[in-house]
Amino acid sequence: MFDIDKWQEIFATIKKNKMRTFLTGFSVAWGIFMLMILLGSGNGLSNGVASNFMNDAVNAMWIWTGETTIPHQGLKTGRPVQFHNDDYDLIKSLSGVETASGRYYMGNTRYSYGKESGEYTTVTCHPELNTVENMELLEGRFINSVDIVETRKVVVIGKDIKEALFKDIPALGEYVNINKVPFKVVGVCIEPGSTRNRNAYMPVSTAQKIFSGGNRLHNFAVTINGQTLEESQQIEERIRSTFARKLRFDEKDESALGMYNKLENYIQTMRIFQAIKIFIWIIGIGTLIAGIVGVSNIMLIVVKERTKEIGIRKAIGASPASVIGLILLESILITTIAGYIGLVLGTGLMEGINYMMVQSAGEAAQQGETVFLNPTVDFNVAVAATLLLIVAGAIAGYIPAKRAASIKPIVALRDE
Amino acid sequence: MIKLNNIHKSYEMGSSKLHVLKGIDLEIEQGEFVSIMGSSGSGKSTLLNILGMLDNYDEGSYHLAGKLIANMSEKKAARLRNEMVGFVFQSFNLISFKNAMENVALPLYYQGVSRKKRNVMAMEYLDKLGLKPWAEHMPNEMSGGQKQRVAIARALISKPKIILADEPTGALDTTTSYEVMEILKEINEIGITVIIVTHEHDIAAMTQKIVRLKDGRIHEVIRNGELSEFRYKYSKELQPA
Repeated sequence: MFDIDKWQEIFATIKKNKMRTFLTGFSVAWGIFMLMILLGSGNGLSNGVASNFMNDAVNAMWIWTGETTIPHQGLKTGRPVQFHNDDYDLIKSLSGVETASGRYYMGNTRYSYGKESGEYTTVTCHPELNTVENMELLEGRFINSVDIVETRKVVVIGKDIKEALFKDIPALGEYVNINKVPFKVVGVCIEPGSTRNRNAYMPVSTAQKIFSGGNRLHNFAVTINGQTLEESQQIEERIRSTFARKLRFDEKDESALGMYNKLENYIQTMRIFQAIKIFIWIIGIGTLIAGIVGVSNIMLIVVKERTKEIGIRKAIGASPASVIGLILLESILITTIAGYIGLVLGTGLMEGINYMMVQSAGEAAQQGETVFLNPTVDFNVAVAATLLLIVAGAIAGYIPAKRAASIKPIVALRDE
Repeated sequence: MIKLNNIHKSYEMGSSKLHVLKGIDLEIEQGEFVSIMGSSGSGKSTLLNILGMLDNYDEGSYHLAGKLIANMSEKKAARLRNEMVGFVFQSFNLISFKNAMENVALPLYYQGVSRKKRNVMAMEYLDKLGLKPWAEHMPNEMSGGQKQRVAIARALISKPKIILADEPTGALDTTTSYEVMEILKEINEIGITVIIVTHEHDIAAMTQKIVRLKDGRIHEVIRNGELSEFRYKYSKELQPA
């Protein structure tokens, strides 16, 4: 029942006690404002970190070799371990490995085009590398399997190389001299999450043939199909033990074979964020409860202050239900409006920060590391928090209201 | 109209028990104008509260208009109060943030009368008591006599059978006291039972029946015919002073 009188009476008391109403409202608004900021920041952090992980495939794994540090099968320590082409075939065939690319680094290779020249790192690889590292091709294509089979002399150059050598001339289809051997440029790429794009990529088979690399490989970049932490660790173990047997080193020898498992890292980081999120919720809810207790407290004082008025009302025929309604509606009204204000300010602030970040970052948003991304709160969460607050406001108001209703008129009127 | 039979009432004061009313037998007819007198602590206010259903009694029986008033739910008591009884208090007990008209109209709000209708009725009653120009004023802008007249208008608006007045002139000067008593007399003349609690002899002398309480019992009841005697006695009491 919408009763104008009831509302008029509520507004009359609110108007009469502006300071009290403000303080009550403020504690609630502050609570929900803080909750929104906390949740928004939590989301922003976790979105930011998640997006950093997304620069490479989440399920990526890198494997590299080093020197042995543990004697094994009569072999001394300090022996270098080296991957070869047959290891590539082996790792590709292992179960749990989705795609794999071998890599052979050639540092300081000289690139020249016309009068321009410079020294850059050449990464020789298989086409699968792009699956692992998610490179963004600005022009052309990446290395493909035909390049590998036919040992084509093609190269994909980084954006910085293209800008240094070709300036404004289109690079695609041009021939660039790499250590005086001409290679055709088939693509220009950037690496997301990196500000330097000074690497060039060429087919591993071509490089081994032309630059006398033999059949050696420096490392592998693979993607695995493990879903959980346990699965990915199993795959890691399998790869390690397979190579330990083949290349003859101790399985526990971390420096003979190094591995970086992105999925493992990702899952662990996300777990930390999960914990942080829970923590944020606990603090947020704590703040809310403080606000609600504040409301409850103030409503108790209100009832005390209005004892006489309630006594008069009861003497002239107010039923307990109508007294409860009066107090309860006032409490709900204050919490709802204050909660809404806090909600609007909180989400407004987070949206504002988001807008400013998008504006200032602009194009750079795709490049470079961000720790803070899209720090906004889910609309449903915001609505749920407000509803929770209204319900809590009702409960906070109910206890004092019940007390008000049980006031005996004589007790109230005897106060004089 | 009102029939009290051996009413007992005691209050718990911590561990001790304060026996306030020790068996009150009283009958008040429709249309009577009664005053209840007694020194402080004699239980006169307690009796009025029981009559007004503001308080419960421990023992005995109370019939109001033929109905037994006992162990009622709060809701029922509230409705009965609203329909049957109008209260007038010593300290007026107007709601401070409502103007005169809204104060008078309040009992009708609890009867579910529409806003427009009850405001019209409130103006009518204020007019009867000569307060029409003050309808929009807040209680703190009015004199004691005006406030008490507003309170009387509020008590009357629900057309009660009984008006219960607890020291209605206690906070007023003599002239205003007499004005208020004049109003109560007029109310009584249209057939409403008026019961006032007072300790002022001259005020009590204006009523038709005086019930004197002493230590929780009825000490004496002075009726119509004897009132002149009471007045005489009272004036004699005053003379040496």
